[in-house]
Amino acid sequence: MIWLSWRQFRLQAVTAVAAVAAVVVVLAVTGPRLADLAAAGAAQVFDRLTPTDITLFWAGVIVVAGLPALVGAFWGAPLVAHELERGTHRLAWAQSVTRTRWLTTKLVVTAVAAALAVGAVALAVSLWSAPLDGVVSRTRGSLPGHLTPVSFAMRGVVPVAYAVFAVVLGATLGAVLRRPIPAMALTLALYVVVQLVVPLWVRPHLVAPTTATVTISVDTLDGISADPSGRLDSLTVHTGDRDDWILSNETLDRAGLVATLPTWLADCAAPPTTTAVNGGVRARPIDPCLARLNAEGYTQRVVYQPADRFWPIQWAEAALYLAASCLLAGFCVWWTRKRLS
Amino acid sequence: MTAAIVTTGLGKRYRRRWALSDCTLEIPAGRVTGLVGQNGAGKSTLMNLAAGLLRPTTGTIEVCGGRPASDVAQLAKVGFVAQDTPTYAALSVRDHLRLGARLNPGWDDALAWSRVERIGLDPGQRAGRLSGGQRAQLALAIGLAKRPELLILDEPVASLDPFARREFLQLLMEAVAEQELSVVLSSHVVSDLERVSDHVVVLVDAKVRLAGDVETLLDTHHRLTGPRRAETAMPHDQQVVSVRHTDRQSTYVVRTDGPILDPSWSVSALGLEDLVLSYMGQPASTGTTPALEVLR
Repeated sequence: MIWLSWRQFRLQAVTAVAAVAAVVVVLAVTGPRLADLAAAGAAQVFDRLTPTDITLFWAGVIVVAGLPALVGAFWGAPLVAHELERGTHRLAWAQSVTRTRWLTTKLVVTAVAAALAVGAVALAVSLWSAPLDGVVSRTRGSLPGHLTPVSFAMRGVVPVAYAVFAVVLGATLGAVLRRPIPAMALTLALYVVVQLVVPLWVRPHLVAPTTATVTISVDTLDGISADPSGRLDSLTVHTGDRDDWILSNETLDRAGLVATLPTWLADCAAPPTTTAVNGGVRARPIDPCLARLNAEGYTQRVVYQPADRFWPIQWAEAALYLAASCLLAGFCVWWTRKRLS
Repeated sequence: MTAAIVTTGLGKRYRRRWALSDCTLEIPAGRVTGLVGQNGAGKSTLMNLAAGLLRPTTGTIEVCGGRPASDVAQLAKVGFVAQDTPTYAALSVRDHLRLGARLNPGWDDALAWSRVERIGLDPGQRAGRLSGGQRAQLALAIGLAKRPELLILDEPVASLDPFARREFLQLLMEAVAEQELSVVLSSHVVSDLERVSDHVVVLVDAKVRLAGDVETLLDTHHRLTGPRRAETAMPHDQQVVSVRHTDRQSTYVVRTDGPILDPSWSVSALGLEDLVLSYMGQPASTGTTPALEVLR
């Protein structure tokens, strides 16, 4: 049965090897320069990046984000549905192989291939991006840290788990719908939903987050934002490490309750007005405003995942997806045995 | 003689519709059984149930002494060539034989290759590029090389031209003679089966209308033609299968174990095709005419 699964999969496997090789070559050519930059001094990495580097960084994010979805739609969904549509399952099931073995072999071969292909690309992209993750320029901008939702899902081991999950999801939907095209569409849609739900509501709680109370000061202040009418509505601080993943950032009053910012702050910390002083534009110093906030008992409560939890959260999320894949695969086998008859 | 297939009260329902209902049947081993019925009469359903591709809604089915597709040993006993003879379009003829060899413990590679050579198939040819007849022959070769006790063929010649039909059936019969296996094959064309089967089962509207040995059936059925006569006037030992009246004349098909003595009838023998058609023309669900079974 392994032979048949492999024989049916051969063409896709060749395509996958070619695609993975192409990605690896591009990254291998451009990667070493970045590593040298980082070695020379982390502080200026961002300022010395070329537009191509930035494009490649985001291309890496998109490729690793999209690959599991494609693998689920193009390898997983047709796995059973294509046979059901063409009627070839009747040839396979007439041989001396039980349906359970037929399906598990197909699932395992495809899932392992998907894991290898996506794993290779994710490893290459992770290594390539390592010097760039979370780099900040004082003046021009930054790239997301590897714990932020933008990058987390494209680094480490989770892409492998996503690929396995996508294949099993596709195969199951294919067995239920019995048509490859609707199964492909639904696989893509459901996979995207899962990939939105998990970072928003599940991942923050995989490892209990840390809560810290931070004194508002010039050193910790990240920014103050205003709503469209100009009223100041929120203030954010940082935790000291830019790579931490901030989950919530709330201002508390003296009683320790979530508070809105006092109205006087708007006047005190008004945006730089164009008062010409020696021909330049100067902002009013914000120190007195922050000092008054402290005096009135305002503090900032930050809930966050420290940057060093990257790997614990990676393993926890990978385990979650693999467990979901096992459950789905069990359902798929049950469906194929009982319901496809 | 043991039975290849035994069913009791077998039924299969798809949502609201019964594709097969209350089917109690015994198909003998070591013979070629033809399964006849119009499209949608339940032939494929019965065969898929026997091959284990479907599970019964009601009743039981036993094939070669076991529950269909229950384990590898049972799967190895039953060869099945499904309707439209499915093959993997992208795989070559050689790949299909390899597939058979890898998936069947009792695979007879020499037999498979000799059949493929006999039909003149190019081993490198993709199955998707074969003609309907060649594909059917390939599917048959796989089914036979599996060395099953029972080979089930679901409408194997339906899509073939008359020449390919004849060739297919001829090669099938040769294999049956060599391998001593039981065969069940279905068709909605009776003349296809007439040549090859020695046992016949007629399905009408999801129910078994007739099952029996071909020779016995032919011996006990007669066509009577004579002056117009009402059905109620027929003798009790003559079971009326079908009747057609014109203004002055009646034509009956009757089944009886005894001789026809009434001199007003002109009696003629029936061919299998006419016999089967006279059963197929009758509505199955009248209730007054139970399914007839002729025992050997």
